[in-house]
Amino acid sequence: MAINSIWVFAQATNGVPTSGTLELITKARSLSSNVAAFIGGDGAAVAGALGEYGATKVYATGDLGGKLPGVAVASAMKALIDGGDTPDVIMFPQNYEGRDVVSRLSVKLDRTVLTNSIDIEDGGDGITATTPIFGGNTLVSTSFTGSAPYLVAFRPKSFAPEASGGGAAEVVAVSVPDLGAAGGAQVTAVHVEEVTGPKLDEADVVVSGGRGLGEQAKFAMIEDLAKLLKAAPGASRAIVDAGWVPYSYQVGQTGKVVKPSVYIAAGISGATQHMVGMKGSKNIIAINKDKEAPIFGIADLGIVGDVNVVLPKLIEALKSR
Amino acid sequence: MNVIVCVKQIPDPAVPGALDGGTNTLKRDGKIVIDESDMYGVEMALQLVDAAGGGEVSLVSMAPNGETSGLRTALAMGAVKAVLVSDPALQGSDALTTAKVLAGAVQRLGGADLIIAATESSDGYTGTVPEQIAEVLGLPSVTFAKKISINGSTINAERQTEAGYDEVTCPMPAVVSVTAGVVEPRYPSFKGIMAAKSKPVDEITAGDLGLNPVGWAGAGQKVSKVAEAEARQAGEIIEDDGEAFGKIVGFLENLKVI
Repeated sequence: MAINSIWVFAQATNGVPTSGTLELITKARSLSSNVAAFIGGDGAAVAGALGEYGATKVYATGDLGGKLPGVAVASAMKALIDGGDTPDVIMFPQNYEGRDVVSRLSVKLDRTVLTNSIDIEDGGDGITATTPIFGGNTLVSTSFTGSAPYLVAFRPKSFAPEASGGGAAEVVAVSVPDLGAAGGAQVTAVHVEEVTGPKLDEADVVVSGGRGLGEQAKFAMIEDLAKLLKAAPGASRAIVDAGWVPYSYQVGQTGKVVKPSVYIAAGISGATQHMVGMKGSKNIIAINKDKEAPIFGIADLGIVGDVNVVLPKLIEALKSR
Repeated sequence: MNVIVCVKQIPDPAVPGALDGGTNTLKRDGKIVIDESDMYGVEMALQLVDAAGGGEVSLVSMAPNGETSGLRTALAMGAVKAVLVSDPALQGSDALTTAKVLAGAVQRLGGADLIIAATESSDGYTGTVPEQIAEVLGLPSVTFAKKISINGSTINAERQTEAGYDEVTCPMPAVVSVTAGVVEPRYPSFKGIMAAKSKPVDEITAGDLGLNPVGWAGAGQKVSKVAEAEARQAGEIIEDDGEAFGKIVGFLENLKVI
């Protein structure tokens, strides 16, 4: 099918579009010349940057006044679609806000949603999205059978953002209809967990620790090694769930997806959950006691040994350089 | 206070998953267990009802073959009853149909003050069902809650965000999805396990909820291709002889990281 128009659910931090937003807009413009961003917030601040990556229009709700974006943005999208402006495809990032908006919208429009996608194609089967399953060992392509708009959510870093050099996008104000009882959730305070050093999902080197460290205090070794390598410290879900480190450290399916030049997995066995978040790394070094650990199946350098023995020596060697 | 928890019964995650070549659905012919992520929701529900000083925890679940083994675990933890929507026709249902079915089961129980689900299942991990249930029922929602308390008829929650967390208030009735680690799930006691055997599980079909079509027929999607991903090759694996750290130093030097 020819794709007449695509919407991308856009997000911004302090007026700067997120890299995930730019990834999706880049992909969208390869499928259609008519790409609109849809933001639950201020449109003017982001119109220039979004235009530079290929959006020609920005639908903006303005400040949501502390409402969670799920219901509010989905309702605004639905109102626009009911008014006759129907895109063929709406692309969402697979993150907190993206999931909430696409879920609400799928019910409002009675349309299925394809999630965890890493690619989208307009081919013989119509619009088809590709999703990795079983830890990325199998790729499933799924096509839509009903009518547009087709809703697809993408995993972070599925596409490389690339500027097109376009001019600022046209800002179109859209209103949020009365949300009724469904709009009852209200944000009363925002907490930002301070992270020093490079950001986990942008760092060139990532050093992650897991259960193999044995106890919370040993995570200091991960922080030390990260500092020496100008790396970001990360963690497996097991030790985040155990409360050793904040959630913002988590690498994996439900955490951050990272693709650094070097990924060091220390005391991480390599649960599917974790591997899907880091197997795109260029070089992987794994240290684990269990030589059968799945992480060794994807490691470029695997050390079968105790992290509590190997890491102190490694840190010492790096310090003395 | 009455709480309903959505429970998914999945193939034992300790066994590698596989697709049925004929239907392209996940094979479910082995041991079926409660999705571990749902145990946090069950525990949270039991604690909230306890703190409220009254009420009960009920379960809703959808499964194609009448499976109850996972539900029995949650009943053994302390839930009092369950609605299981089971129907061979449900095989191949998409997330939207799943949400409609679970919302129907919630209504069959007469609703609740709070409906709890995990943020995503451990086998399908679509991650949309809790918010879809909220929309079907016309309720407000808080997703990715890592802490919950109840104050009168209001939920106070801490919700994970990219940068940290938000404090969110939400009036009940509402749907909340909870992260793993929100509470420590209890182990069912022997007494609990024995009692669970006789707790009521109301087994119904999608048709009983007035839902049709479901399964592949109701899904707005079809699998068009299944392919093996290009496998990443394992590199050099060595046993630590006390000097393996030197290998790592050399590896990092080669890449000019140090």
